[in-house]
Amino acid sequence: MQSRFSSEWHEQEGRCLDYVIAFLVGGAICAIGQALLDLAKMPPAHMLVLFVVIGAILSGFGVYDRLVEFAGAGALVPVSGFGHSISRGSLLEARRLGVIGLFTGAFEFTGLGVAIAVFFSALIALVANPRT
Amino acid sequence: MATRRIGKSTVRFATPPVIVSAGTVAGPMESRGPMARWFDEVVPDDMFGERTAEKAERRFMGDAVKIALRQAAIQPEQVDYFIAGDLLNQIVTASFVAEDLGAPFIGVYGACSTSVQSLTLASSLVDAGFADLALAATSSHYQTAERQFRYPIELNIQRKSTSQYTATGAGAVLVGKSGGKVRITEATPGRVIDMGVKDPNQMGPAMAPAAADTIFNHLADTGRDPAFYDVIITGDLGSVGSEILLELMQRRGVPLGSNYADGGVMLFKGVRGTGVGGSGCACSALIMEGFVWKKMCNSEIKSALIVATGALLSSLTWQQGESVPCIANAIALQL
Amino acid sequence: MAEPGAKRHKSDDRAKYQKLASSIVPRPPLARNLAVAFVVGGLICTVGQAVMNAFIASGMTGDEAVGPTLATMILAGVVLTGLSIYHHVGEFAGAGAAVPITGFANTIAAAAMDFKREGYILGMGAKMFVIAGPVLVYGILSGVTVALIKWLSRG
Repeated sequence: MQSRFSSEWHEQEGRCLDYVIAFLVGGAICAIGQALLDLAKMPPAHMLVLFVVIGAILSGFGVYDRLVEFAGAGALVPVSGFGHSISRGSLLEARRLGVIGLFTGAFEFTGLGVAIAVFFSALIALVANPRT
Repeated sequence: MATRRIGKSTVRFATPPVIVSAGTVAGPMESRGPMARWFDEVVPDDMFGERTAEKAERRFMGDAVKIALRQAAIQPEQVDYFIAGDLLNQIVTASFVAEDLGAPFIGVYGACSTSVQSLTLASSLVDAGFADLALAATSSHYQTAERQFRYPIELNIQRKSTSQYTATGAGAVLVGKSGGKVRITEATPGRVIDMGVKDPNQMGPAMAPAAADTIFNHLADTGRDPAFYDVIITGDLGSVGSEILLELMQRRGVPLGSNYADGGVMLFKGVRGTGVGGSGCACSALIMEGFVWKKMCNSEIKSALIVATGALLSSLTWQQGESVPCIANAIALQL
Repeated sequence: MAEPGAKRHKSDDRAKYQKLASSIVPRPPLARNLAVAFVVGGLICTVGQAVMNAFIASGMTGDEAVGPTLATMILAGVVLTGLSIYHHVGEFAGAGAAVPITGFANTIAAAAMDFKREGYILGMGAKMFVIAGPVLVYGILSGVTVALIKWLSRG
């Protein structure tokens, strides 16, 4: 990941390609999700759980790291990236802190997002009502 | 010996009770459809200015009841029985409206077939002399039904090719011995039929066999032909479900003709974002007590068979992977 | 009357009916749905990439930028839900709106808005994760398990 985002990469063409690859890979992952909904007739919640689990498993084989290196946000933004982020954080912290890190690391990359989701969802719920 | 019973499952009323009056209240989506002009009241805000959708639904049913009573110049105290139901757990909308009304209350549940189920009971009580005036009412609300059976309103969910849209509204109908033009002549309560459909997005296909069964039984019991009726209207099969019904009736050797229509399709024809048609208790109630009843009062329709369909599932059983038991209740209206 | 507990409609009747029904039930417009999911999902990820590049440009490493990027996308998803926009995106784009992390945020915000009517403690508080919960539960279960195996096997 380091090399991908090092300063040489910050050139114009590099960034342009970033976007194209993020679009293609992210789009492809979402299209697979759609196929699961329409062809496999999976309920949406099951599809999302499947994605997060697959992300975590692929992370274990090092595949998802390579996908992130290649596609950046195209791999991180889909919910499979969420599973990968949990797995990766857990592994990095386990190496650093041992067993405790295994668990604290689960929220290393995702904790910020989850806390923000809870905080701002509650805030939004105070002011906004569902509309048909 | 049951003197009012004909055939396998049909009631023929000895002295057919009449519809004295009816009240219909519809929400914003319904007012965009072709049926809008047949409703007594159209509410542009589906929340009715209330804090919760459940309270709003109560207002819909309460207003429908008020309109029906006002039209007939009847006081709540003159109502012998209030027979009502809705889609919410413990039919709570009906119970709250019954408390407001004050009449003796018989709560009923037939999912989306409640409109005909409650009207059948009301007619039976009047015909048998248990009541002079019985009031039947039902309601449904898009938001309350989504909350109970599906997902939060603001959730990102894509409608399936067979999804239906729960109608927001209510209907109330006052049944008496005299004082109306439209007579309730026969009723055919349905059997529960479950053909193993499990997908909650396929209510039309789940309910079609129940509709076919009830229509077939009704026609056999009465010795009638589908052409006997000016209109045969199912409650809320949607376009897909009604296509299946036509095929099923064809296969049973009783094809339905051009006098057949589906209430769900009629309610939302041309309204964007409503899937294959309307559903919910209000769907059949709005069509029967708005469109059909008023057209009969104008003598534009002389006889109608209303077949309200209901999917008797609970959100608990479908989560447990069970299929959907379905019912269809039919009632014959004649001038 | 059938035996108690036995279904009146034998299973072959049911199978026959379901075959008939599925021959009439319209298929989902698969090509359209896949294309829209691809484009909308891809666009959301492209926005994510722009956010990530901005964090990296401000001096973060790739790893450091992951958390803030996901957080920004989640915030965007919550706000779009509050404005009653995101469910229209979902209706239009299906998995294109559900799979990105913005969709995860939507499930939390939508539940919070919906269930607050049953009170802030037992409604909103208890049910905020009614849809997102499984994603978190299985994400943590699988993520930690995978990390544990990898950590034990390679130290």
